[in-house]
Amino acid sequence: MLRGVRHGARLIAVDPRRTSSAEWADIWLGLDVGSDIALANAIARVIIHDGLPDTKFIERSTTGYKEFAKKVEKYTLERAEKETGIPRNAIREVALAYGQARTGMICWTLGITEHHNATDNVLALINLGLLTGKVGRYGCGLNPLRGQNNVQGGGDMGAIPAKLPGFQAIEDPAIHEKFASAWGGADFPLKKGWHLSEMFEGMERGELRSAYIVGENPARSEADQGRAVRLLSGLDHLVVQDIFLTHTAELAHVVLPAGAGWTESEGTVTNSERRVQRVRRALDPPLGARDDIEIICELAARLGVDFGRPTAEEVWDECRSLSPMHAGMKYSRLDELGGIQWPCPDESHPGTQFLHARLWKDPVEGPLAPFSAVDNEPPVDRLTDEFPIRLTTGRRLDSFNTGVQTNEYTSPLRKGAEALVISPEDGANLGIADGECVRVSSRRGSVDVNVSFDRSMRPGLAFMTLHFPDQVATNVLTIDATDPKSGTAEFKASAIRIDRIPASSSLGGESQARPGEGARL
Amino acid sequence: MAELVSITIDGHGVDMAQGSTILEACRFLDIDTPTLCQLDNLTPVNVCRACVVELEGSRVLVPACSRQVEPGMQIQTDTPRVRHSRRLVLELLASSVDMTLTSGQVQGWMQRYQAAPTRFGKVATVAKPVKVDNELYVRDYSRCILCYKCVEACGADAQNTFAIGVAGRGFDAHISTEFEVGLPDSACVYCGNCIGVCPTGALMFKSEYDMRAAGTWDESRQAVTETVCPYCGVGCMLELRVQDNSIVRVTSPLDHSVTSGHLCVKGRFGFEFVQKRGPRG
Repeated sequence: MLRGVRHGARLIAVDPRRTSSAEWADIWLGLDVGSDIALANAIARVIIHDGLPDTKFIERSTTGYKEFAKKVEKYTLERAEKETGIPRNAIREVALAYGQARTGMICWTLGITEHHNATDNVLALINLGLLTGKVGRYGCGLNPLRGQNNVQGGGDMGAIPAKLPGFQAIEDPAIHEKFASAWGGADFPLKKGWHLSEMFEGMERGELRSAYIVGENPARSEADQGRAVRLLSGLDHLVVQDIFLTHTAELAHVVLPAGAGWTESEGTVTNSERRVQRVRRALDPPLGARDDIEIICELAARLGVDFGRPTAEEVWDECRSLSPMHAGMKYSRLDELGGIQWPCPDESHPGTQFLHARLWKDPVEGPLAPFSAVDNEPPVDRLTDEFPIRLTTGRRLDSFNTGVQTNEYTSPLRKGAEALVISPEDGANLGIADGECVRVSSRRGSVDVNVSFDRSMRPGLAFMTLHFPDQVATNVLTIDATDPKSGTAEFKASAIRIDRIPASSSLGGESQARPGEGARL
Repeated sequence: MAELVSITIDGHGVDMAQGSTILEACRFLDIDTPTLCQLDNLTPVNVCRACVVELEGSRVLVPACSRQVEPGMQIQTDTPRVRHSRRLVLELLASSVDMTLTSGQVQGWMQRYQAAPTRFGKVATVAKPVKVDNELYVRDYSRCILCYKCVEACGADAQNTFAIGVAGRGFDAHISTEFEVGLPDSACVYCGNCIGVCPTGALMFKSEYDMRAAGTWDESRQAVTETVCPYCGVGCMLELRVQDNSIVRVTSPLDHSVTSGHLCVKGRFGFEFVQKRGPRG
């Protein structure tokens, strides 16, 4: 991105925090957490009122424009200023910049998707791309920047409730039949499954009684951690397959030690630009740890099904035979081309740089792209006098998620333990000093943590990471309000209170205390 | 399609795309050309002068790495003047700097041009104590030839962090953080892209430095495997150099489309977790 800036691109950063990206930006919009749709809709309204939509593209390649235009008409700059906290002139300036630009891309990460209305947030951004014809061509597009090397690949391979590999619908009888016959007449449900949040709801209702968790640490990574641990602990049977004895694995009845995917196994991963790349085994796994494929095949054998002893390449070739978008990606081609972007339907196909170029074909190939009329819905965890500060969670450059991997190396950037980052103004208002240990409480629990003042924070906003759950259990505070479509929890928006700690009382690192116990300021 | 430009190198005609450099033309013709400060993923700074060639009509030798091809150029790469200049560059550098950890390729150029750094006798050197101020990498400026690659990789060519620059003048010029502070107090974000581009071993993984000091660094027992970094969705290719089932250095191929050889702190140094072995492992 900075290479683009060096070549003259304008950078607009939209983030409640003044991040290092924001420092490079021509314009920083420091919006209030959870007001993204108000901003996007207001930008759309300016673009429409100033006559900047790509009307030809909208007519030829999209549906639902009228309803969308009617919806955003209500999002005046005045309203957007009130809902987002951004001055109206700045919103207008950004709208004109995006609307007038010949090319422009929108990139986002979890600030858009870790909300109770995550899908609507994404749809609001898609609307902007469609409105200005900035999709499916060079220098444009809508780009979710993935946070792990294979988030994309997991979805591509069918690790989502309604799809089989290659995004083929499990409830489509023809698709179901294709897979069932390839798998020797295997009998598997013709019904979509549950996503993670639905599984936890299933546990709550007592419908889901056993779980097999591979390479995930929900006992630390789930919002409202107390609830997650309680539900996992209450299962009849829990199997965890992981490279470490994580906190989740400690709750398990059976632990299957696995090799690390990126350095102790063979296989492929898929990056954010849909590029399928090879991972290779560089190290022998520790004694007793096995490759994921081997574990699954052994498990199948115990259940009475013989999967044989396939290599990673053989499994991949089976996938290619069933998933048309991967069909042309044999290992030797992936090696030769440094990865291939799907769809790649045959072995002479070079891969696809722009996924939605079809929208520019005449006539348009495939279905038209729908606008979605969406409204702004503020975060579920409301700010009140009792919980007046907005906590948003995120990551730091040198660390990764719950820290299982990154806490093993000594990063000089990691200065001290986890901190509650707030603005110096809030610190002064609360009468607390930089570095002081405070009690942070939400409607779900409390943790004690040191405060760190940071001028990149606006008053009323606080920031924490989830990298050191053993020292500071940030997810005790977060809310598990989830987006009904994607199942993502609202990690980005909790309401908290910050209290000074009386000299005699300390909760210790991993507290589950209820709010109200700390001395209120 | 860029226009083609016809030039002649050592009597061989070659057509290159407009904007190509003389160095690219030499490589196209398989003419081995010494380079120290040049790297394909960095902007040429042409400071080392190891790649100079003789250009007809030019008063001085020109740097092949940065001079772009122009129609009708007549170039000689192996004249006595070129050989003498390359020899002197290598000799002067190696007389004041410890170049023993440069690649076999650099050692080959020293031999080819019969560079004899010791012929100047006892001369000034840039020797100074090794800087070890963090757990990830060390800086041994006794090995620094001031090629500027680290400065470029830290700055506009890759990381845009600008933690280091060239301080001092003349023989006292050296790479430094702002006000010579230690790395932990500098702007450094530990991407290690400076290590990735360093040609002399002045910048080195601390693990490699410690192994060399202990005499356990053994390239004959090392293998390099390419894989993909686990930490985000960018998909940076990693080259894991492994000795005795332990990762001892991480680099990234310069020619990979995703990040042209550059990494971040997690990809470069965040591998320790796979080496955490239990008592049985």
